[in-house]
Amino acid sequence: MGRFQLLWVLLLFVGTSLWGKTIEVCASCEVKSITKGVVLAADYDTLLIKKGTYKEFNILIDKPLTLLGENYPIIDGEEQGEIIRIVSDNVTLDGLFIINVGTSYTSDYAAIRVVRSKNFLIQNVVLEKLFFGIYLEKSNHGKVYHNKIIGDAVDEYNSGNGIQLWYSHNIEVDHNIVQGVRDGIYLEFSDHITINNNESTNNLRYGLHFMFSNDDVYTNNTFERNGAGVAVMFSKRIKMVGNTFRQNWGTAAFGMLLKEINDAEIVGNTFEENTIGINIEGSNRIVYKNNNFVNNGWAVKVLGACYTNSFINNNFLYNSFDISYNSKLNDNKFEKNYWSNYTGYDLDKDGIGDVPYRPVKLFSYIVNRTPETIVLLRSLFMDIIDFSEKVSPVFTPDDLLDDMPLMKRTR
Amino acid sequence: MLKILKYSFYDLMRSRWSYVYFLFYLALGFVLLFLNNDLSKAVITLMNVIIVLVPLISTIFGVMYFYNSREFTELLLAQPLKRTSIFLGQYFGVASSLTLSLILGLGIPFVLYGLFRSEAIWDFSLLLITGAFLTLIFTVLAFIIALANENRIKGFGYAVLLWLFLAVIYDGLFLLSLILFEEYPLDNYSLVAITLNPIDLSRTLILLKLDISALLGYTGAVFKSYFGTRMGLFISIGMLLLWTILPIWRLAYMSKRKDF
Repeated sequence: MGRFQLLWVLLLFVGTSLWGKTIEVCASCEVKSITKGVVLAADYDTLLIKKGTYKEFNILIDKPLTLLGENYPIIDGEEQGEIIRIVSDNVTLDGLFIINVGTSYTSDYAAIRVVRSKNFLIQNVVLEKLFFGIYLEKSNHGKVYHNKIIGDAVDEYNSGNGIQLWYSHNIEVDHNIVQGVRDGIYLEFSDHITINNNESTNNLRYGLHFMFSNDDVYTNNTFERNGAGVAVMFSKRIKMVGNTFRQNWGTAAFGMLLKEINDAEIVGNTFEENTIGINIEGSNRIVYKNNNFVNNGWAVKVLGACYTNSFINNNFLYNSFDISYNSKLNDNKFEKNYWSNYTGYDLDKDGIGDVPYRPVKLFSYIVNRTPETIVLLRSLFMDIIDFSEKVSPVFTPDDLLDDMPLMKRTR
Repeated sequence: MLKILKYSFYDLMRSRWSYVYFLFYLALGFVLLFLNNDLSKAVITLMNVIIVLVPLISTIFGVMYFYNSREFTELLLAQPLKRTSIFLGQYFGVASSLTLSLILGLGIPFVLYGLFRSEAIWDFSLLLITGAFLTLIFTVLAFIIALANENRIKGFGYAVLLWLFLAVIYDGLFLLSLILFEEYPLDNYSLVAITLNPIDLSRTLILLKLDISALLGYTGAVFKSYFGTRMGLFISIGMLLLWTILPIWRLAYMSKRKDF
């Protein structure tokens, strides 16, 4: 897919240089506003927007154009409404600084909205003081690359999302920085999306949010200090590789929230200092492999209706609780993980502990029941009753154990 | 008072027990680091040790020292010395030598393993500070028990019981009460209950550093302001100070009235 898109972008550039002409837009030029520039331009022309402030909104781009900003010209929407709307295929936006998108409770004003278009490229755009940032609506085969979206959202009800995809397929979202909005990146009914190398931090709700979106891949992203790092809901076959989830702290804060997810792969991610590393609810056939869970409150919290998941070769390091279950039923497999709390021995020196490890402590069961007891964490009394539960499990699922705990952490 | 403090201190420095204590911590520190080779994990293990062993050793040692030096105390009482300065001098002598053994015994191995280049240094210094507080608190409690009981067996019994109660039984009763009254709002109660026990108090202080992400998982405004801001740290340290000062004041008061 990526190659196809690259080809298109290349073709686009070749096309513009061959038969497109360039129209300059600046305060002292013939063409003083972007709207006028778009009207004057022919298909495949380039609008070169010089440095300056353009107080415009509702700019409608209805033909294949390249809007190229020089030294980040400012487009100030003065909070009147939507700023740029793209309704044509093959449009490129590059190097713009867009501020002051209007806030509305009835329509989702966006800084850049792409409607029913193909092969668009939005890159090097900076958005500030926004409602919605980049809104892709039923648009396919595009690329959102290297943009910076900085919001100042305070409440969830009157703020929008940084990058929103709605019924859009085959999009690449790459190297973007999103912060201070409601959801950093939001996908609804969007399939075959790749989301790589983005940084989504300090967002009110989720860093990345999937709803009814299938076959998507996200790799090497960083999610830090969000309400919750990533929420994956009602989606199938999502691949999550090499992401970092850090410091998502709070009463309902998760590194990753999985709800009704099937057949996903979670490989090589790092969950560090989250209140809950992964919160799982109603999710089946998920493979967790080579992940690092470091210093989380709960590394994995399983809330029920989770079947045939497997945890293989993960590192569980210094979490207050490794795994928490709220029922006695277990159908998930734990194998060859490294647990820093493991106290067994390895007499035959094959790197695998001879005694199985029980990751669910009685204390986590008690905390689920009476949350205030969390203040007794790491007390001698708790260690004693945890030990007795370990010897003969009564409250925790007795078949939930790692038969082959590793003695050394995996790399 | 300073003279007596100095005397007790040097007396203990010469005695076998403070060396044993020092060597014990030294060995513990080295073994822990040798087995784990990871400072942050060793800090967690060490926390358990400090919370359980430091109070136990301080209590036993305090009671033992008081009974052993009873004749010397009686000799001092015959001199024109203030009573409070005799007892407080002895107390501070014992407490400071124990604290020194603890800090040196644990400090040396950790420094040798590269503590100053590690991020664990704050956790570690917090551990040592709480360890020092626990030593001060449990030594003075031991002195009070010893002063109140002429009978050595009884004195030892009470001292061990005190440790057992504060280290284990208290938490058990506390947990029981939390589960029994789980329908009621318990956040204020549980925070007050942990401040009433110096061992729990030092535990929370360390938890604030190590397990803050888990503590913030509970939905309660009181918990949130206690654990989420600096307030928890200040209140805990303040309560530990109170736990040190009040028993010392009590010891001074008792020493004035005691008949020999």
